[in-house]
Amino acid sequence: MGRIVLENVQKTFGEAEVIPPLDLTIEDGEFAVFVGPSGCGKSTLLRLIAGLEEVTSGAIKIDGADVTQVPPSKRGLAMVFQSYALYPHMTVRKNIGFPLRMAKMEQAEIDAKVEQAASVLNLKDYLDRKPGQLSGGQRQRVAIGRAIVREPEAFLFDEPLSNLDAALRVGMRMEISELHNKLNTTMIYVTHDQVEAMTMANKIVVLQAGVIEQVGSPLELYRTPRNRFVAGFIGSPKMNFIDGDAAEKLGGHSVGIRPEHIDVVEGGLWQGRVGVAEHLGSDTFFHVHDTGLAETITVRAIGDVSLRHGDTIGLSPRMDELHRFDAKGLRI
Amino acid sequence: MAIVAQQTKLSKILWPVLAWAVALIIFFPIAYMVMTSFKTDADAVKPELLFTFTPTLENYANMTENYDYWRFASNSIITSVAATLFTLFVAIPCAYAMAFTPSRGTKDILMWMLSTKMLPAAAVLYPMIYMTKAAGLYDTHFLIIMVLSLINLPIVIWMLFTYFKDIPKDIIEAAKMDGVNTWGEVREVLIPLAWGGIASTALLCFIFCWNEAYWTVRLTTTEAATLSKLIEGNRAPEGLFFGRLSAVSTAAVGPIVVLGWFCQKQLVQGLTFGAVK
Repeated sequence: MGRIVLENVQKTFGEAEVIPPLDLTIEDGEFAVFVGPSGCGKSTLLRLIAGLEEVTSGAIKIDGADVTQVPPSKRGLAMVFQSYALYPHMTVRKNIGFPLRMAKMEQAEIDAKVEQAASVLNLKDYLDRKPGQLSGGQRQRVAIGRAIVREPEAFLFDEPLSNLDAALRVGMRMEISELHNKLNTTMIYVTHDQVEAMTMANKIVVLQAGVIEQVGSPLELYRTPRNRFVAGFIGSPKMNFIDGDAAEKLGGHSVGIRPEHIDVVEGGLWQGRVGVAEHLGSDTFFHVHDTGLAETITVRAIGDVSLRHGDTIGLSPRMDELHRFDAKGLRI
Repeated sequence: MAIVAQQTKLSKILWPVLAWAVALIIFFPIAYMVMTSFKTDADAVKPELLFTFTPTLENYANMTENYDYWRFASNSIITSVAATLFTLFVAIPCAYAMAFTPSRGTKDILMWMLSTKMLPAAAVLYPMIYMTKAAGLYDTHFLIIMVLSLINLPIVIWMLFTYFKDIPKDIIEAAKMDGVNTWGEVREVLIPLAWGGIASTALLCFIFCWNEAYWTVRLTTTEAATLSKLIEGNRAPEGLFFGRLSAVSTAAVGPIVVLGWFCQKQLVQGLTFGAVK
């Protein structure tokens, strides 16, 4: 079981309030992702749950038990760090078995569990190597191995993939998702990468300046962002925002429309000139200027569309996909 | 290109020659001391016998027979080893706390510790003698061990702090998450990772303890007297017996020179801590 509840949790460093009081519940077995720009307090929030930082006020509960004053070693959580944080003086076998040895488990049992974790993570051939002799991806697997042998109440991941190259990152993303499906244990995952958040999470927590902007499933956040910040943060390429008179005509103080919800047509609501076109093969992203709007409009077209720099095109936003926001940036 | 090549060739010869010259100048007094220790007191003061003399073991025999060299030597070993261990015992947790859970005052505490080294020892000599005599601690191993520890603690804490700072904080936090208590962090993670630094710090501390003379000479008479006291004791009122004095000095510095020779690498690492990363 691993139901984690934050009640009125606040964190200040000296004068600076990093996290104003907030409430959050992560249900047992959920894959929750904390996402936000750097410095938004997502890592601090994770470290508060881990116990590596002390809360200034409020309470943290795991399965109903108040762990606010419990040291990290006794919270029953396992953490995977961005830097892997392996013990460089120990072999892979010793690294993975370390938490079990600290729990004074029998050596035979430790060996069995380490072998099992190693086979799940494809590390069997590397058990007698030291971390320095492994690649980044292998090190990350060892760090995950060290976390899973403990059978924790919940896993905490602090930007675990940001030190890996792009190809490996996609692979590890899948592996972690599969691990979650297999273990069905609560996972909390911190990232600044909204693609990771969208692909892995059951529940996304979007943070900005320590404040929770919205909590919801990936598609909830995509379809009904609560405010302009969430709308702009979730989705790639970013949502187009239109302000001023053009927005008023469409019924909001500002109006957002995602690049994939604009059709290239003859005529249309806006006409403009194609600037940069990014051809990805499966998709093409156009950046359209001179539409009479203040902003450049990004449009996503399926497949390889043969439009060139300087071509004039017509754009038609799908009216039922418009996101309207008031003067405070809240969804109307 | 030719000029560059010539310059490298020249510096390849010049620097080693210079280095050897400096090394020999520094080494000469030690060589002189060792040579003199094998001369009779009469021969020792004759300049014409600087290199040409008939070696004798008289001084060494005299030293072990009349001065009880082994008692002084064992006192040196006991106090230096115990003081080094005690210093580390206090300094490791202290440096650990400052390196991994620094507070606003950490920098000030470090500076304050170092500032104690600026106090002239002579300023507290008489209070120390009176107090230790009154407490019945004068001329005891315990007192010498404490004094040596306290003298070396600031520098040892500084050195260990510098080594510990190089250990990524994440690794200590990972240990916390892996269910390790504070003592476990120190034993399982900190000491193994900082072993090189701890060893070279310990070695340096041991050498400082061994060579300490100001307090060991003044706070002992016989019971806890170390080799420094033995050398000091050979300053006879009727003049200096160079042969005897040299033998005693050689026997006093001998162990530490041998130790230093074997641990050169660690010593260099210890002395240049922080400078080479």
